[in-house]
Amino acid sequence: MTKKLIIEHLNAWFGSVQALKDINLNIEENSVTAVIGPSGCGKTTFVRCLNRIHEVVDNARISGKVLLDGEDIYASTSDPVLVRRRIGMVFQKPNPFPTMSIFDNVAAGIRLNGIKKKNEIADAVERSIKMAALWDEVKDKLYKSATALSGGQQQRLCIARTIAVEPEVILMDEPASALDPISTAHIEELMQQIKDKYTIVIVTHNMQQAARVSDYTGFFLLGELIEFSKTPDMFTNPGDKRTEDYITGRFG
Amino acid sequence: MERKFDEELKELSGMLIKMGSLAQTMIHKSIKALVDRDKVLLSEVYQLEESVNYMHVEIDDFCLKLLALRQPQAGDLRMITAAIKINTDLERLGDQAVNIAQRTESLLERPAIKPLVDIPRESTIAQKMVNDSLDAFIKKDVTLAEDVLTRDDTIDDINNQVFRELLTYMMSDHSTIPTAIDLIFVSKNLERIADHATNIAEDVIFMAIGKDIRHHLSIK
Repeated sequence: MTKKLIIEHLNAWFGSVQALKDINLNIEENSVTAVIGPSGCGKTTFVRCLNRIHEVVDNARISGKVLLDGEDIYASTSDPVLVRRRIGMVFQKPNPFPTMSIFDNVAAGIRLNGIKKKNEIADAVERSIKMAALWDEVKDKLYKSATALSGGQQQRLCIARTIAVEPEVILMDEPASALDPISTAHIEELMQQIKDKYTIVIVTHNMQQAARVSDYTGFFLLGELIEFSKTPDMFTNPGDKRTEDYITGRFG
Repeated sequence: MERKFDEELKELSGMLIKMGSLAQTMIHKSIKALVDRDKVLLSEVYQLEESVNYMHVEIDDFCLKLLALRQPQAGDLRMITAAIKINTDLERLGDQAVNIAQRTESLLERPAIKPLVDIPRESTIAQKMVNDSLDAFIKKDVTLAEDVLTRDDTIDDINNQVFRELLTYMMSDHSTIPTAIDLIFVSKNLERIADHATNIAEDVIFMAIGKDIRHHLSIK
C-alpha cells in the first residue's frame, strides 16, 4: 500500500473560527476513503484543504502539511493550479459549464492543458465519458447543451470532466446527495470501477453510502478526526463511543 | 436519543429470553421425568417444543425484517447477527430436551440399573450454563459469558465418566446394555446442551465487544 496523501497536523480557520483541529491521517493510493460526520463537523473543509480550494475563501487559512506523493502542496514553491490539476474535485451540485455542449464541457480542460489535435481531444473526451459510465446515454447528442441532461447525467458529466485532465486524486463532496437512487447507484458503481486508476476521497452524509463504496472511513466531529479505520471495522465495531452513536443514529 | 429501533431491539431480546426460558423448562422437565420416573412430564416437553419451533421461525423473520428495514450498523448489527445465531442454539436446546425425553420414555419401560448420580449433576451444571449464558445476553455481561466458557470442560469430564462407568456395567451384565446405551445418549445430550450454552456465551461476547473468540482463532 502506498500513501498517496499524508495529512499532518492540519488546522483550518475561517477568520477566527477554527474549522479543523490537528488532523492527522493517510490516504491510501487506489482506494476510496469516505469522510463522514454531522453537519458542520469540518468534513467539507477537510477535503477543500486537500486541493487548496479552502484558501480561496476570504479570511480562510490553514496550518500544517498535506503531502502529495511526499511533497507538501502548501510549500512556497507549490503552484495551486498544478495541485488542483493533480487533485480534481466533484461538487455536491452538478455544475457543468452551462453555455457549452456536452463535448466541450469535457474538452475544455483538455484544451487548457495544451492539447490541440482534434482527434486527440475527441479520443480523450470519449474515453472520459465512457469511464464516467455516461457514453451510451450521450453519444448521439454530444453537441447538445449539457444543461439538457438530467441531474444524474450532469453529475457524471462533471466526473468525466474531472477525469479528462487525468488527475491522480479525485475529491468528491457529496456527489450524489442531490441525485435520485438510480443515479446514485451509477455514481457509486463508477467509483468502484475507476478506483484502480485514481485515489478517491468522498464526503458523504449517507452512512450506507460510505459503507458501500469506501475502503477507509474517517469520522469527523466538531472539527476533529475522532476515528479513522478500515470501513468494515468502522461499521461493525467502531472504536469510539461517539462514532458508534453517530453511525447507529443515536446522535443529537 | 432513544430510537424506535431500540424498542424493536428490546422486543427481539424479549423474544429470545422467552424462547430461552421455554427451552430451559424443556430440559428441566425431561431430566426431572428421568430422575423421578414421571412419564407425565414427557408430554409437556413435546408440547413445549411446538412453541419453541414457532418462536424459532418468528425470531428469524423479525431479524430479517430489522436487517432489511433498519440497515443496522456497529453494535446494532452485532446484536442482530448474534440474535440469529442464538436463536438457532435455542432451537437445538429444545431438540436436545426432546431427545432426552425420548430416551427417558424407553428408560422408563425398564427398571433402573443404578441410582442416577452423575447425570443429575451433569444436568445441573449444563442447565446453569444455559441460564447464565442467557443472563449474560440480557446484561451484555462479558465476564459472566467468559465464566460459562470455563465450565464446558467439567461437563466433558462427567460425560466421559458416565460412559466409562456404564461400559463396565455393560461388560459385566449384558442385560443392562439397552438401559446403559439410553443413559449414555442422555449424557451426550447434556454435553451438547452445554456446547450450545457455550456458543451462546461466545455470541454474547461478540455482541458486547465485537471480539470473535470462537475456535481460539484471532481473525481480528
